[in-house]
Amino acid sequence: MALADLANPSRFLSLADRTIPWLGGLTVLAFAYGIDQAMLAPDDYQQGATVKIMFLHVPSAWLGMLGWGLMSVAALGTLVWRHPLADVAAKAAAPIGAAFTLLCLVTGSLWGRPEWGTYWVWDARLTSELVLFLLYLAVIAVWRTVEDPSRAARAAAILTLVGAIDLPIIKFSVEWWNTLHQGASVFRLGGSTIYSTILIPLLIMAVAFTLLFFTLHLAAMRNEILRRRVRTLRLMQASTAS
Amino acid sequence: MAAVKHIEFIVAAYAAAVVVVAFLIAWVMVDYRGLRRTLADLDRRGITRRTEPARPEPAGEQA
Repeated sequence: MALADLANPSRFLSLADRTIPWLGGLTVLAFAYGIDQAMLAPDDYQQGATVKIMFLHVPSAWLGMLGWGLMSVAALGTLVWRHPLADVAAKAAAPIGAAFTLLCLVTGSLWGRPEWGTYWVWDARLTSELVLFLLYLAVIAVWRTVEDPSRAARAAAILTLVGAIDLPIIKFSVEWWNTLHQGASVFRLGGSTIYSTILIPLLIMAVAFTLLFFTLHLAAMRNEILRRRVRTLRLMQASTAS
Repeated sequence: MAAVKHIEFIVAAYAAAVVVVAFLIAWVMVDYRGLRRTLADLDRRGITRRTEPARPEPAGEQA
């Protein structure tokens, strides 16, 4: 099925109805295996058992950024290609991305207290991640305050593209500035610095979280299409009544 | 069995993850059911996307 075929909301709804149960089942299986492997993973020689927080914190951080990246592509779809489902995809991704960014901040804070001796410090990585969370809230606020969906879509798309500047700042903050947060340890030149007994459960958990993200995103997109259908019908009802 | 050091932070992190994931799942499910109910209600009242008057049999949705 070509991307253009999915521009038809009814066709997209039909595809979503068929795909969501399978994606959901796959997500449950991936989490069952991932959590099992995470619990069996050995303690870190320095951090001890608190390394288990990494299996939540790192995938949440990746998904917070993936969500904004996806919204940025969708923003181009809205402003440049005017794909009918682009703003639906962007609007549906915002609360999910915000939730994962919040989870990243909370788990990071709970990991920081025993390892750094503090819940929070205004270093570049933590601050840029907090900025990402605030950007998510700003986009959600735009969607909620501008009543006309097409006007809201354009405003949210512009804000999303401006906010995308934060993504490389988050990624490279640990290299550009002297931060308390550690540098890149999974995807880096020269290979991962994490030993395989911890790296493999981390990657399995990352796959599970990513599957969860896309299952939720597809379901939220389906909801948004139905919400627009309800809005159209109510407008029709109001114009018939007047 | 030795007590795990900093266990309260680990438990709190996993509890936070459960709360966030449960909230997201509940959000999409409750929203979906509410929207389906609203659409069914509008359809029952004869408000459909078709331009012609609503027919008694359930009409298929069109984009």
